[in-house]
Amino acid sequence: MKEKLIFEKSTPGRKAYSLPPIDTPEVELTTLLPEEIIRQEPAQLPELSEVDVVRHFTRLSQMNYGVDTGFYPLGSCTMKYNPKINENMSRLPGFALAHPYQPEELSQGALKLMYDLSEILSEIAGMDKFTLQPAAGAHGEFTGILIIKAYHQHRGDKKRTKVIIPDSAHGTNPATASLCGFETIEIKSNAHGLVDLEELKKLVGEDTAALMLTNPNTLGLFEKEIIAIADIVHEAGGLLYYDGANMNAIMGYARPGDMGFDVVHYNLHKTFATPHGGGGPGAGPVGVKQFLAPYLPKPVVEYDDEKQKYFFDYNRPHSIGRVKAFYGNFGVAVKAYTYILALGAAGLKEASEIAVLNANYLKTILQGKYHVPFDQVCKHEFIISPEKRVKEKGIKTLDIAKRLVDYGFHPPTVYFPLIVEEAMMIEPTETETQETLDAFAQALIDICQEALDNPEILHNAPHSTHVSRFDEATAARKPILRWKKN
Amino acid sequence: MRFVPHTLKEKEEMLKTIGITSTDELFRDIPEEIRLKKGLNLPTGLDEITLQKEIETLAGNNAHLNDYISFLGAGAYDHYRPSIIDHLLLRSEFYTAYTPYQPEISQGTLQAIFEFQTLICELTGMDVANASVYDGASALAEAVLMAVTQTRKNKVLISSTVHPEYREVVKTYAWPRGIEILELPYQEGLTDLSILDEHISQDVGAVVIQNPNFFGSIEKVKEIAELTHQHKALLIACVDPISLGLLEAPGNLGADIVVGEGQSLGLPVSFGGPYLGFMATREKYLRRLPGRIVGIAKDRLDREGFVLTLQAREQHIRREKASSNICSNQALCALAATIYLSTLGKQGMREVAMQCLTKSNYAKQILKEIEGVEVAFPQNYTFKEFVLKLSEPVSSVNQRLLKHKILGGLDLGKFYPELENHMLLCVTETRSREDIDLLKRVWEGVQ
Repeated sequence: MKEKLIFEKSTPGRKAYSLPPIDTPEVELTTLLPEEIIRQEPAQLPELSEVDVVRHFTRLSQMNYGVDTGFYPLGSCTMKYNPKINENMSRLPGFALAHPYQPEELSQGALKLMYDLSEILSEIAGMDKFTLQPAAGAHGEFTGILIIKAYHQHRGDKKRTKVIIPDSAHGTNPATASLCGFETIEIKSNAHGLVDLEELKKLVGEDTAALMLTNPNTLGLFEKEIIAIADIVHEAGGLLYYDGANMNAIMGYARPGDMGFDVVHYNLHKTFATPHGGGGPGAGPVGVKQFLAPYLPKPVVEYDDEKQKYFFDYNRPHSIGRVKAFYGNFGVAVKAYTYILALGAAGLKEASEIAVLNANYLKTILQGKYHVPFDQVCKHEFIISPEKRVKEKGIKTLDIAKRLVDYGFHPPTVYFPLIVEEAMMIEPTETETQETLDAFAQALIDICQEALDNPEILHNAPHSTHVSRFDEATAARKPILRWKKN
Repeated sequence: MRFVPHTLKEKEEMLKTIGITSTDELFRDIPEEIRLKKGLNLPTGLDEITLQKEIETLAGNNAHLNDYISFLGAGAYDHYRPSIIDHLLLRSEFYTAYTPYQPEISQGTLQAIFEFQTLICELTGMDVANASVYDGASALAEAVLMAVTQTRKNKVLISSTVHPEYREVVKTYAWPRGIEILELPYQEGLTDLSILDEHISQDVGAVVIQNPNFFGSIEKVKEIAELTHQHKALLIACVDPISLGLLEAPGNLGADIVVGEGQSLGLPVSFGGPYLGFMATREKYLRRLPGRIVGIAKDRLDREGFVLTLQAREQHIRREKASSNICSNQALCALAATIYLSTLGKQGMREVAMQCLTKSNYAKQILKEIEGVEVAFPQNYTFKEFVLKLSEPVSSVNQRLLKHKILGGLDLGKFYPELENHMLLCVTETRSREDIDLLKRVWEGVQ
């Protein structure tokens, strides 16, 4: 069933809102605003009753698939369960209704939460100082790479114009480097899917500003030579940037700070269970080693021992400035903080332990049924691709992904990382049971059989949804991006 | 342990399937020297009852808008939030979903974004809008990058009447690209047209204004647009979406890119975030617009639906050549705004705007009767915020007000040293005449 657009459900004169009467003395509009700036044509917004609006959006929600609907093994996105208490806590009036400019003395709870969360994030990553300002992972990357730029410039080292990025990296890495005015140098992965040390030695030099790395990388493999990598980059005068997208694999086991990374970003919406919201809001806190702390965005939350109060420190002359108004996605920070307190040190480590166990278990079951390009212990995610006999039937990864929808699962990340042909990147997370993993593996195995017996069923999948595969090329060629009244 | 469902027996079975005896074996690829030997130095996990008490205690240490009568705005506003918004946002098919990469099972999010884009176009009078970005400030910064790329001119003029924190964000984004940002001084609370005229040239790619501006004053948008276009620059207008219930759409006044903060559209102030930035522009600049965009597509059986489109601009395809590094939007916040605008509708948006205008002007009229208080920039039209000039420090007045559970306005001296003793006040539809009268009485010391 299709749901009409909200505009098509509008009936002039209907209303869903309820406002008090204006109780201040009546004034002629034209005495408050000059005629020429008053809107002539009101915005054509829909007019509906309250129940109409509720039903419309309820219906839309039913056309969606979330973690609460079912298994969502989207690689590199860490679609773990989002605890409900987090939602309640972020909605407490003391958080949700606190104004960002209310006096600091009346915001000590919010400031303490920000301060404590920064400290906790520092401990987990082995860094010294955090900012909560960035609103998302990509925003964190932007912040972190700018910090590196500011550091080099401040030292008068202006030759450092290049950022080295592995070919397995997220697309945001090279886009971030460009946004920060750097040239991107791609480094090829070796046959084991890891950074090629010899290649790296050739690429680094006095123009190297930084190496951006995800560890474990997007193939789900731990960069075993990380210490050598860090030494090569540091010896050349560059810094190491840690893309924290895959932090869920190593909490309590290893810390980027100990591996030699100078700057780190987390995705609170991945590692710390805050909901993805259909594409946001997330949060991308950035942590640095002490020598980079002066460059963090301002303000930074500090504690004044003497006055025994938390405060915003704006007096940071070397700061890169602001990347966002106010202090970041505070409401998201409340959820992550609640989650971390629920789990504690042991719980966080167990989350990573089971995330890695689940990934390896699933990989083991699928071995022999799907091609596993990197046949070794993985971390929290792994890559598979269809076997040759399946591909010979004209089946692509996309067909398998779409068929998974009919089996009631969200497909994994597909066609990424770019270095594996027909890649499927599977990240089960720790919150899924063995039964779910078994059922998912069985679905993939059954689909494999279907591909051999009846490939058509895959080509036309999904069959169970109210819309099927779209012609996205035409949509992009002739874009219709808004509704218009006929 | 919380949120990990495995029983011991299941764990053993799984290890056996993998062919190992302990999960430690799964971490042996981490070199010994960097393996964390001791546990993380963090507290032990809390049960739900204790956890809730602990977090509630923290929340209890903050003032909030249910407990104080607030006249504080400056970019974060206390507006009416219909009850239905939160109920619908808590539909977990919405909030536990990821970016709608699989359109067949994401039509809910996609259709809501398509409706959001339409609503923003309607409000702003523009042709196209994106699915939203992080907040108003980053939307403004993205607009500056977009205008510079479009015009290939590296100089941008920004009025000092734009929110000071937004200007800081613009500068942060501009710095690595080598974009020259020139701040234009204001005159009597408005962008100084003669100074704009003096500085604008063929080298300027964009002129940036906020309307109503940071002081609440309504700018001469049309004149600024004409001056901007005479020099082939683009006009970027950062607007308050609530004001568009009454004020002429910026698209009809000559703006080329319209951005703004969408927090007023149904989101709580939440100590500064999460909010949402909206961005709209003319059709001809569509391919420069950053961020996610949803469009209509047809499926293989010719049924209409929605997909993420024009992705050739984006990072996961273009990598280092992308128009921005953004790979998300503030989808749930955009959903809140969509529900808000659908609830308020055509009449409601006008009514909210009318209330803000009327009540804030009432407040302006009666507060200037207080001894030592006068309206700064009195000749300007204001929408929901205005500036008062006091004969004493803003903090002393605010301290008195706080004792009566009133949050006074912003001390403008914080951002504009020359505006010491100037207070920026905000009055929205959530304030009653009684609140405003109380403010005056307490201020005067009558109560």
